Amino acid sequence: MNPVNYLYLSALLFTIGATGVLIRRNAIVVFMCIELMLNACNLAFVTFSRMHGNLDGQVIAFFTMVVAAAEVVVGLAIIVSLFRSRHSASVDDASLMKL
Amino acid sequence: MSFPLLTATAVLPAIGAIATAAVPAARRTAAKWLALTVSLATLALAITVLVRFDPDGGRYQLTESHAWIKDFGVRYELGVDGIAVALIALTALLIPFIILAGWHDADPLETGSRRWRPTQGFFALILGVEAMVIISFEATDVFLFYIFFEAMLIPMYFLIGGFGDRAHEHGEEAASTQRSYAAVKFLLYNLVGGLIMLAAVIGLYVVAGNFSLQEIAQARANGSLHMATSTERWLFLGFFFAFAVKAPLWPLHTWLPNAMQESTAPVAVLITAVVDKVGTFAMLRFCLQLFPEASKWATPVILVLALISIVYGALLAVGQRDIKRLVAYASISHFGFIIMGIFAMTSQGQSGATLYMVNHGISTAAWMLLAGFLISRRGSRLIADYGGVQKVAPVLAGTFLIGTLATLSLPGLAPFVSEFLVLVGTFTRYPAIGIIGTFGIVLAALYALVLYQRTMTGPVKPEVSAMPDLRARELVVVAPLIVLLVFLGVYPKPVTDIVNPAVKSTLSDVHKKDPKPEVEAVAK
Amino acid sequence: MENLIALLVAAPLLGAAVLLCGGRRLDAVGHWIGVLMSTASFVFAVILFADLLGKDAEHRTLMQHLWTWIPVESFQADVTFRLDQLSITFVLLITGVGSLIHLYSVGYMEHDERRRRFFGYLNLFLAAMLLLVIADNYLLLYVGWEGVGLASYLLIGFWQHKPSAATAAKKAFLVNRVGDMGLSIAIMLMFTTFGTFAFGPVFSHAGDASEGKLTAIALMLLLAACGKSAQVPLQSWLGDAMEGPTPVSALIHAATMVTAGVYLIVRSASIFNGAPDAQTAVTVVGAVTLLFGAIVGCAKDDIKKALAGSTMSQIGYMVLAAGLGPIGYVFAIMHLVTHGFFKAGLFLGAGSVMHGMNDEVDMRKYGGLRKYMPITFITFGLGYLAIIGFPFLSGFYSKDKIIEAAFAKGGTEGWILGTCALVGAAITAFYMTRVMLMTFFGEERWKNQPTRSPEAPSAEPAAEHRGEHAEPHPHESPKVMTIPMIVLAFGSVFAGGFFGIGDRFLHWLEPVTGHSEGDSPLSAGAVTGATMVCLVIGVGIAYAMYGRRPVPSVAPRGSLLTRAARRDLLQDDFNHVVLVRGGEHLTRSLVYVDHTLVDGVVNGTAASVGGLSGRMRRLQNGFARSYAVSMFGGAAILVAATLLMRAV
Repeated sequence: MNPVNYLYLSALLFTIGATGVLIRRNAIVVFMCIELMLNACNLAFVTFSRMHGNLDGQVIAFFTMVVAAAEVVVGLAIIVSLFRSRHSASVDDASLMKL
Repeated sequence: MSFPLLTATAVLPAIGAIATAAVPAARRTAAKWLALTVSLATLALAITVLVRFDPDGGRYQLTESHAWIKDFGVRYELGVDGIAVALIALTALLIPFIILAGWHDADPLETGSRRWRPTQGFFALILGVEAMVIISFEATDVFLFYIFFEAMLIPMYFLIGGFGDRAHEHGEEAASTQRSYAAVKFLLYNLVGGLIMLAAVIGLYVVAGNFSLQEIAQARANGSLHMATSTERWLFLGFFFAFAVKAPLWPLHTWLPNAMQESTAPVAVLITAVVDKVGTFAMLRFCLQLFPEASKWATPVILVLALISIVYGALLAVGQRDIKRLVAYASISHFGFIIMGIFAMTSQGQSGATLYMVNHGISTAAWMLLAGFLISRRGSRLIADYGGVQKVAPVLAGTFLIGTLATLSLPGLAPFVSEFLVLVGTFTRYPAIGIIGTFGIVLAALYALVLYQRTMTGPVKPEVSAMPDLRARELVVVAPLIVLLVFLGVYPKPVTDIVNPAVKSTLSDVHKKDPKPEVEAVAK
Repeated sequence: MENLIALLVAAPLLGAAVLLCGGRRLDAVGHWIGVLMSTASFVFAVILFADLLGKDAEHRTLMQHLWTWIPVESFQADVTFRLDQLSITFVLLITGVGSLIHLYSVGYMEHDERRRRFFGYLNLFLAAMLLLVIADNYLLLYVGWEGVGLASYLLIGFWQHKPSAATAAKKAFLVNRVGDMGLSIAIMLMFTTFGTFAFGPVFSHAGDASEGKLTAIALMLLLAACGKSAQVPLQSWLGDAMEGPTPVSALIHAATMVTAGVYLIVRSASIFNGAPDAQTAVTVVGAVTLLFGAIVGCAKDDIKKALAGSTMSQIGYMVLAAGLGPIGYVFAIMHLVTHGFFKAGLFLGAGSVMHGMNDEVDMRKYGGLRKYMPITFITFGLGYLAIIGFPFLSGFYSKDKIIEAAFAKGGTEGWILGTCALVGAAITAFYMTRVMLMTFFGEERWKNQPTRSPEAPSAEPAAEHRGEHAEPHPHESPKVMTIPMIVLAFGSVFAGGFFGIGDRFLHWLEPVTGHSEGDSPLSAGAVTGATMVCLVIGVGIAYAMYGRRPVPSVAPRGSLLTRAARRDLLQDDFNHVVLVRGGEHLTRSLVYVDHTLVDGVVNGTAASVGGLSGRMRRLQNGFARSYAVSMFGGAAILVAATLLMRAV
């Protein structure tokens, strides 16, 4: 099978994730969309690794997973505490971070 | 190695500033006396400089030179010519009077006001400004000059923004707002000027490879340093812009009325009589020496701007309702004369301009400080709030009249000598400009006498009827200034003797000679 | 002997310094210090005069160099004094009349609490005026020139608490400044032309300069003279200057300071001789002013203002004579000296009348005073006869010579100038007779009425001490006032004859000013005859109008000319509309422009930077998703740019 097809899939997943981040209000969904984008990137990295015949891409994919795990920890904690204080998981309700 | 006299003259007030600031808050009076003592000691050092300076000796004397930032060829280089000596003496002379006049300006306000007025800070800042102004007059390294030219904005900013008149018609809150407006305006104007100058300073370094005024001027004179015409012009404009803001020249003048109006009278004197002089001084020292050709190229425009300053400043002074604003616009007119004298490029014009800087310093100090004493008595800056003071406080009125007469350049008082020299110097080369400039003397009489008439004569206003006459401290401030005004008006030779050789070498830098008279009537 | 010259100035200057700085402790003796210093100066002047008399006519010049004043390369101004025949004439007049007026003021200012200061100012005036006439270069002369302006300012505004006095003082100073501008431009022109402005070299090389330069210098000097001597078009300050105390009017605004312009022109004879066009301008100014002043003098009811008009007119005669060149210089000075005597006498007489009349100045409220003030009447009368040119009194000799010289100018010009001078003589006779009749003759109009209507301006606030609304009780003034008047009356009677007979004055001044006889189309006798006819006509008309008919105590409306003349021929109205109003509008609009335009550009820049950052701030709205949009947008732009770069 032509590896380029994996790249197409990766681009499709990334676009779905990006659209989700932009249009959904629920923090959890936004969060999952971000995960989707990260994983789309991982797919692309692994594909490139395969295409070019070296392991750099796979190494970076592992890095990304570690970062994603850390992000999940921090991000979910923030969402939970936000939900506790506001009784809502909508990102638009938390708009205090401005000048 | 001889004693570094010039460094000492600048460092002493700097140390004094730190020491004054360090005096504990409870011992306010001690801080005042300390500041006064330091300023008098600085005056003594300045007089030593004056005595040690030999007018017929080399161009720069008492020089000091040390490497500072080797990588960029920046040196700690000091040296004075006759023009600088005269201005250092003026600065050192005026500061004790400024301190004495502002003796109570920074006292804590009466109970009930929450505003904190750091007395020590006021006097420390004044001494700090003195130190920086003196070193600006001494520096012969462009970079060194630039640093202190800019740095003096900081203490000035706090002096303007932090200490205002004790009373204000719209209450303390409004006064505070206006003060910060004036201080910020002062700072921004001068920073923009300084920024443009910084670009020019860097440009100069790129072209010349070092910052030494003497080396660059010499290299330019003997042709070893060639500058393209357009480069020279751009660099000249960069320097001139900063100096024209500081001086201030029309149309860059609008910060001065605000700054002088909002600050206390002694600080206003500090601005116009001392700090602004750095601008005109630097035109003579840096613009003309570093960029002789560009200076000549820009002369017509600058002369016209100076002429506008003279007439415009005077006309606006006539239309003011606020005493301090009136003095500020009068100063703008006077600075027009100074700049006109510098760029007339004749020995009378430039000697006159230098003399003008000294005389304007003394006369404005006398006039403005007296105005300040008047304002502190009534608590209002508006001319319309006064009337008939002459009857209540004859000594105040009499001394104020002498200040008024000095401002309108009455012959016999010092400003006349310099104003006439400037006019003659301009007239010999540019008759039309000289003639229009003489209109300035009519307008000067108008604004000065209008102020005197409205405040001092006429029926006594009820609010001023209990006004006390000058106190001993105030008389001590004013009397020496008036004596100096008379002395330098009758016998200005000591100053001209010091200034003339320096002006001669400046003129030879720009390759200009005085025009010859039509008929040789004087036997050679 | 030269060393005495500086003392001429030093004595009154010292007096001024002591009196003005001395404070209240000198109040008791201050006036006598003033008199002493002025008299000392007079004594020095007499000694110097005796010394000059003892020398040959050619060597009658004393020079004293004191110090180098302003040395800048070729610009060399020295403090050097020159005393020659012309200067000493002035010095004697100034110190002599000045001392008399000091003495008179002791009595006149007796009730004024600021008398010490008054004498300080008077001494200051004497010092400045003496400096003006003994300076050896134009710049030093300029110091005296502005110095007398300052003294005049201080003395006109002596009663500062009256707004009218303060305004008049300011006006006098400002108008004078316009003239001073002329003098300073003249000095600058001299410097560019001759490289110096000292009398000696300028006069000896005047012939080498081009006529254009000389004309320019001369016209600027004329402008200066117009300001100081109240000549058209800068005459408007003199009438208002009468706000000052009367001795001031006598000394400064009649006898000495206002004649400084004539001195300047005569002193600069060498320059004017080389500039015929400028000389014509001088004669025109003189002729116009002598008629202008005379017409104004006819309409004024205020005795001092009538005399002020007369002063203007008489100085017009002098300026006219000075403009005639060598024919007239000597006679200009001669008339100046005799005028100094009789006009000072007339003013002191007027002061004496006011002193006795509760400081009333309106002549319509005088009348019949000769019985009450005999000495004042006689001395005033002699001054009156002198000024109208009554035969064998002072004015007869000096004015007659000027009229002769005007005709001797020759040509149409001579006829025009001569006729003007003759007409002026007739008008002089008219208005002086009017003053005389209204004051000393006729019914006693001051009886049974309060002296001052509330709105009538009055010069002398000392009236407050003496009861303002009481009926006046005319009385003769004390001796300290009458003695100076008697001395001046002597001068009015005899000075002209002393100078004129045998041409004494001519021989005295000729070495300095030069002299030439013009060729007059009329004989001397014919001119004298014509003058006499004019005199009789003027006196006759005045007698018919004011002697035979009663004088109404409220001024009638009068003809158009009378009303215009009362308002100084509308000159003040013109000034007010054009200069004052115009100036006010100009400054007001400039203040506006400065605030909105010049400052506005700066504040506008600041405001637009502030506004822009306010706009930018909106982007930071706090919505995480809008931040995300900008992130994606930015990333997309970066990617697109990278691709684009690669494609190119």
